Amino acid sequence: MTTNMKKLPKDSFERITIDSSHAERISKPSLSFWQDAWLRIRKNKAAIVSMFILVFIVFMAFVGPFMVEHDPEDVKVAHASLPPKIPGLEKLGIFDGVGKLGSKTVNLYELKKVEVNYWFGTDSLGRDLFSRLWKGTQISLIIAFVAAVIDVVIGVIYGGISGYYGGRTDDVMQRIVEVLIGVPTLVIVILMIMIMKPGIWSIIIAISITGWIGMSRIVRGQVLKYKTQEFVLAAKTLGASDTRIISKHLLPNIMAIIVINMMFTIPTAIFFEAFLSFIGLGLQAPKASLGTLINDGYKFIEYQPHILFFPAAIISLLMIAFNLIGDGLRDALDPKMKD
Amino acid sequence: MAEKLLEIKNLKQYFNVGTKNEVRAVDDVTFDIYKGETLGIVGESGCGKSTTGRTIIRLYDATGGEVIYDGVDVHAKKSKKELKAFNRKMQMIFQDPYASLNPRMKVLDIIAEGLDIHGLVKNSKERTARVHELLETVGLNREHANRYPHEFSGGQRQRLGIARALAVEPEFIIADEPISALDVSIQAQVVNLLKELQEERGLTYLFIAHDLSMVKYISDRIGVMHFGKLVEIGPAETIYTAPLHPYTQSLLSAIPLPDPAYERSRVRKSYDPTTHKYLKDEEVIMREVTPGHLVLCSQREFDAFAK
Amino acid sequence: MEKIVEVKNLELSFHTFAGEVKAIQGVNFEVYKGETLAIVGESGSGKSVTTKSIMRLLPKSSTEYKNGEILFGGKDLLKISEKEMQKVRGKDISMIFQDPMTSLNPTMTIGNQIMEPLLKHQKLSKTDARKKSIELLTLVGMPKPEMRMKQYPHQFSGGQRQRIVIAVALACNPKLLIADEPTTALDVTIQAQILELMKDLQKKIDTSIIFITHDLGVVANVADRVAVMYGGRIVEVGTVDEVFYNPQHPYTWGLLSSMPSLDATEEKLYAIPGTPPDLLDPPKGDAFALRSEYAMKIDMEQVPPLFKVSETHYAATWLLHPDAPQVDPPVAVIERMKRFPGSRYYEGNAGGVR
Repeated sequence: MTTNMKKLPKDSFERITIDSSHAERISKPSLSFWQDAWLRIRKNKAAIVSMFILVFIVFMAFVGPFMVEHDPEDVKVAHASLPPKIPGLEKLGIFDGVGKLGSKTVNLYELKKVEVNYWFGTDSLGRDLFSRLWKGTQISLIIAFVAAVIDVVIGVIYGGISGYYGGRTDDVMQRIVEVLIGVPTLVIVILMIMIMKPGIWSIIIAISITGWIGMSRIVRGQVLKYKTQEFVLAAKTLGASDTRIISKHLLPNIMAIIVINMMFTIPTAIFFEAFLSFIGLGLQAPKASLGTLINDGYKFIEYQPHILFFPAAIISLLMIAFNLIGDGLRDALDPKMKD
Repeated sequence: MAEKLLEIKNLKQYFNVGTKNEVRAVDDVTFDIYKGETLGIVGESGCGKSTTGRTIIRLYDATGGEVIYDGVDVHAKKSKKELKAFNRKMQMIFQDPYASLNPRMKVLDIIAEGLDIHGLVKNSKERTARVHELLETVGLNREHANRYPHEFSGGQRQRLGIARALAVEPEFIIADEPISALDVSIQAQVVNLLKELQEERGLTYLFIAHDLSMVKYISDRIGVMHFGKLVEIGPAETIYTAPLHPYTQSLLSAIPLPDPAYERSRVRKSYDPTTHKYLKDEEVIMREVTPGHLVLCSQREFDAFAK
Repeated sequence: MEKIVEVKNLELSFHTFAGEVKAIQGVNFEVYKGETLAIVGESGSGKSVTTKSIMRLLPKSSTEYKNGEILFGGKDLLKISEKEMQKVRGKDISMIFQDPMTSLNPTMTIGNQIMEPLLKHQKLSKTDARKKSIELLTLVGMPKPEMRMKQYPHQFSGGQRQRIVIAVALACNPKLLIADEPTTALDVTIQAQILELMKDLQKKIDTSIIFITHDLGVVANVADRVAVMYGGRIVEVGTVDEVFYNPQHPYTWGLLSSMPSLDATEEKLYAIPGTPPDLLDPPKGDAFALRSEYAMKIDMEQVPPLFKVSETHYAATWLLHPDAPQVDPPVAVIERMKRFPGSRYYEGNAGGVR
């Protein structure tokens, strides 16, 4: 321990008055919850890279089909089964239009006298795979997104009512959910598809018919947790109506969990759509989705693996990206990580 | 004494009624609160003191009994309008400064919530002005209005909670352990603020706490609760200097004081409910021992107290 | 007296996304054999962090030890390997936390939880460990220990759980017991029982205790010596009588006078204005100066060193510098100082002022 007795300037010991308002100063910058979350997620490299990948895929899904002159649904038998060819890349030995014919390796474009270029090649019916891939991605994304939104809407309303009103209402609503969970999803979905005309909407309905249950359970749990919090009690003592409590106090607080969950719902829906298409219950030709493309490509996996490769790569990237973003959001929004 | 603001008569709050784990959180409690006074309620966790406060303000529907505010039964069926009027008169300050403010709302909106619900301001300019005024009342700055609760310290948050309650200009405030989550140096700030506000605005407080020294300081009268029952109530000074119920005595003897010499000599009494030796047909009720000082006791005990 | 643990110049920071939090800024103290050192301070003062660094319980990823050493049995606890540290934890140094429920494993019988350190550190046989566990439970005042051994934590009340936690902590007769707000979550009557139990056990097994709390009443009850922390530093340290009856630091003055006494009827409580410093951006000089009515120019410029008041009593305030003006503490503190021989307000003998 030090006993420092060195000489200090005389005026050092003049009394000063402290402005007490100074003591209430907050030095941290003012950040809202979402701004704070953004600061956190910005540090998560995987999530940021995933975001870029996702933005790129979404962009291509809507712009890609218009980048080439071929229509994704145009059948041109003369141009069937062409390998990928991108001008400018020929010299590198890839995307040069060279493929196997029997046991010989030849440039199929020259052989079939095809003037135009098919960047990702064509399928057995001569449809352009590049535009088909992005069109398919687009449809898969739309299906997944709409299904996820429906899940959220139904899930939040159902779970919210069940949790907020509690008691008898909650009991009845939870018994219904338990019955629904008991029925195997796939059976319902197959029945649905068989009744309805195959198409985008029937797939969306099939996916969301049981998809909302998970969301409703999460929302119910959150509502149960928050409705006994003191800030909700405070609003009640101020005379707030149920609508006000739900919209101003409960929803903003469970928003984070809803968003995180949606991030995990979308890839599940994409995958489920692909699965349905793969087993032949999905979209019908000539419409494309990632699932139907993979189904097509899988038949030619031995000779023309590229037909499978591109949609498979996109679906994998989508799944990984959504999951990494979801993880990143969860870390960023989780109050337990708060310092 | 002054006129009665609130009469609590035979208030009962049971949870899980009719099931095996029925909890009698508040069991037949009767007391009055006078205009302009502070009534302190002390007791250990689970004694029902918080539930009493919450039942009075209708956060729970009472299982039985009456809460009469200014001559009107609070728990009787009422129209929405009447309820709202009642909400303005009676407000609450909560225990946990971290849980009592919505983390997603700005301070401005938190404090203005009461103003919005009751339509007390005409436009957003008036609303902001009123919030600034309230912030200054509780010793904070205007700049704080645009911040979020998590940026404040515990004591500051508790003052925000007070500002929110004051926004609707209540007459009666239930303070549910408002200082127990705060640091010692901050507790005094909040207690002083509550006292100042009481003097300025003539507020009436129901101050619920387990910190007996602060309760003694702020309260005019004190009620002691034990297992859902009020066991003793009386003027603060009397409860401290001449407690009669053995539970009150044991509670008082257990408080450590910041005085080492006193601590070395303090002898703790323990409370054993079986020492009452109540007989089956004995009526154990609140009996007035000296004016204003009521103790839960049997006639036998009452006679002993009188000596 | 034998020093059990000695903390020298400890300085540590947490790295958070908002920046560097200078949680501890040069802390020195020692704990002697058989004594209880109470560390008082408000939340964020660094009292918990200091003791967690003794146990090396701080998250490795975000904690940076900048300086200092923690000497325990001739070894610097900050330098030894994690494996060696595991041998120290639970055997030589034990810790009890505020919430007894979270420090007990809900899926294990309490018997097994008490036996665990005995089997691990003392290499006792199962039957011996069982015997010792029952002894420990009896020691902490648990009725019917044989029956209770087979029960799970949720079958006990809060106070009983804290007794069990104490039994676990004391299983290996530790040289040092760190109690981090062990009674804060408990009711006053239970708190009184636990404090009595701890004092009683300390006498029996002669262990040293570091007792962290913000409750000055509890400090007065348990402590032999007191260290007052503020803004990551120790601002005053001394025997319990010195700190309570002859406090020197304005922060200690503020703490002592902001509590109402049960007998006096003050009109208004003394309240320390403002809020504790934000250690992300600690103020220059004396961290308390911004809230102190005794602030001087030098407080804004230089951190005060610990000035010696007596052999055992030190305080870090420029007010103790020989050139500083003499100031009068708050009334409530003067009342206290009147009872302390050696203070300038002492009224015990004729003359009063020394």
